[in-house]
Amino acid sequence: MTEAALETAGATAASEYLTFTLGDEEYGIDILKVQEIRGYDAVTKIANAPAFIKGVINLRGAIVPIVDLRIKFNLGNIEYNEFTVVIILHVNSRVVGIVVDGVSDVIGLRDGQINPVPDLVASIDTRYLLGLGSINERMLILVDIERLMTSREMQLIEDAVS
Amino acid sequence: MSIDISQFHLTFFDETAEHLSEMERLLVTLDVRAPDREQLNAIFRAAHSIKGGAGMFGFPEMAALTHVLESLLDRLRSGRIALQAAMVDAFLDARDVLSALLAHYRSGDVASAQAVAIDGICERLEALANVEEMAPPARIDDDGFGLFIDPLAEPASVQTPLPAARERGAESASIRVSVEKVDQLIDLVGELVITQAMLAQTAAHMDPVLYEILLKGLMQLERNTRDLQESVMSIRMLPISFAFNRFPRLVRDLAGKLGKQVELVTSGENTELDKGLIEMIADPLTHLVRNSLDHGIETPEQRRAVGKRATGTITLSASHQGGNIAIDVADDGAGLDRGKILATAQQRGFNIAANASDREVAALIFEPGFSTADAVTDISGRGVGMDVVKRNISRLGGSIDVESQAGLGTRMTIRLPLTLAILDGMTVALGDEVYVIPLNMIVETLQPRADDVKSVTGQGQLVHVRGEYLPLIVLHRLFGIAPLRQHPAEGVLVLIEDQGKKAALFIDALVGQQQVVIKSLEGNYRKVRGVSGATIMGDGRVALILDVAALLQMTQGCCK
Repeated sequence: MTEAALETAGATAASEYLTFTLGDEEYGIDILKVQEIRGYDAVTKIANAPAFIKGVINLRGAIVPIVDLRIKFNLGNIEYNEFTVVIILHVNSRVVGIVVDGVSDVIGLRDGQINPVPDLVASIDTRYLLGLGSINERMLILVDIERLMTSREMQLIEDAVS
Repeated sequence: MSIDISQFHLTFFDETAEHLSEMERLLVTLDVRAPDREQLNAIFRAAHSIKGGAGMFGFPEMAALTHVLESLLDRLRSGRIALQAAMVDAFLDARDVLSALLAHYRSGDVASAQAVAIDGICERLEALANVEEMAPPARIDDDGFGLFIDPLAEPASVQTPLPAARERGAESASIRVSVEKVDQLIDLVGELVITQAMLAQTAAHMDPVLYEILLKGLMQLERNTRDLQESVMSIRMLPISFAFNRFPRLVRDLAGKLGKQVELVTSGENTELDKGLIEMIADPLTHLVRNSLDHGIETPEQRRAVGKRATGTITLSASHQGGNIAIDVADDGAGLDRGKILATAQQRGFNIAANASDREVAALIFEPGFSTADAVTDISGRGVGMDVVKRNISRLGGSIDVESQAGLGTRMTIRLPLTLAILDGMTVALGDEVYVIPLNMIVETLQPRADDVKSVTGQGQLVHVRGEYLPLIVLHRLFGIAPLRQHPAEGVLVLIEDQGKKAALFIDALVGQQQVVIKSLEGNYRKVRGVSGATIMGDGRVALILDVAALLQMTQGCCK
């Protein structure tokens, strides 16, 4: 079976990742943590929040904070237009949204396709990275999105564990 | 075919908990010298019910203990033996053991349940039962309904069980509903309120003549929604007696332990508040009552020496005050020792003047680590209590005040908002954003004249309103927003007040007034200073609700 066939089969994949782009880099996060994908609009600002926390939105009655990862990690062009994508995540029984440049696809990766991360490869600190995934020519930086979003540096949670 | 009997366990546990609670309440109010026959019957019935259920569902330890308990109670209620104080103590201890067993069964911990030492308490009960029987009085026939007169009976033993039966009937007209279902219902009604507000907002722009029927319908909808909301919110309201009912036992035990004589008086037990609040207010109240018992009320000798009754009084009372509930814990003890507090304050390096007002001195007890107690008992004195109490109450959106007079006593007043979820608010605009200010914290709104706004170097701005100088809170500076109006005279001032503190909030413009559903910001985010929650406006956007108390606190220390 070719790589491509394995990719689409998914049956033998270890887990599935949603891939998205931030600037020139491609990232992957556990699909099970993704609740939905939306466009960006009508964000209410929060007083004295750091620049990367854009504010909160109304998601069918729930108040959900929106974090712009592009600002936080200094990646890509920071614009807000009709192509801007917000991935709504469900992590640690909280709902948060992250602004990214674009969402690609869902990919299944087997253990053999995931390699350890050398230091200084990605803009995101290695302690939040699960590994580097290789599919065809693509290198996916796999992020432990739950760990990242609940960390102290994201300032989303009071008394967060780093 | 086997029936899964474990589905009934939960009901049994809940009912047993109620029986145990009732048992405790009755035992504490029992008069040892002349016990009320009906009360003894009620205690017996509670034990009997628990025994039945324990046997049926396979909880042998509980069944064994309640069997012994029931036998002794049966002899007591039939008048064959007389009640002694030692028996009441034993019953209370047995109740505690049953409570512990219940906790183990609930958590599925059979091993711990088996390890509970019931032999000791059983022997104690049996020993107490081993007294000489008295001559049996007239036939005690519960079901006689007082209709049969026994010719041998003494007039005093004729009973009237009818009222009790009627009471029992009224109690059963209720349904047990899980809290999740109620909360879901409240959420759904909350969504309905938002949708209705949105419709109302859209309809405001419609031609009233053309759409007369539609608009009438929408007005009707608003009334219906409001009524539904009130009705649903009241489901979660329970009388505060649920929080008060643990105290008779606590006061009895603790007073005994401390060698003090204390009487507990409660009033306003029917005052209702949200179930969630009742659960959360229990710990702070317990702390305050323990403090009164430990530090407030003096020993009988000390009290007699100053001409007081040997028995001290602790009063627990609750009442509605405006949109709040006020809970008082008062004692007629020694009051706060102003001198001692000042001394401790200076020792800890607190900055307070020797001639500070009584109120300010009293407020020091809420500082972390503050305790004037000489001895650290296991009850209090560690100095970690009052500040935690204050913080927990603040978290509920409430406040706590203390009043005291040396030699006469102390009163602590806790104020809590009545409803957690709905708020009457005034919407205001600031820059691009819309904020909501709780209506009950607003005194008035006004547009000041330029020369009424003064500056005090190093402390900020003040505004002159009818002879008073109020601190000016420049919200756009506090929140880091670009405002539309730079100078207070061009914008609007909202005068806010809480607990005697007043200030003027400078915003761009008033938008309107509406009822909003409070949504938690901390569900997915963290606490933001100056913001108490969020809400969803008619257009679907999120608006933040201002935390008036916090904003007023930020002005403290500046501008007197």
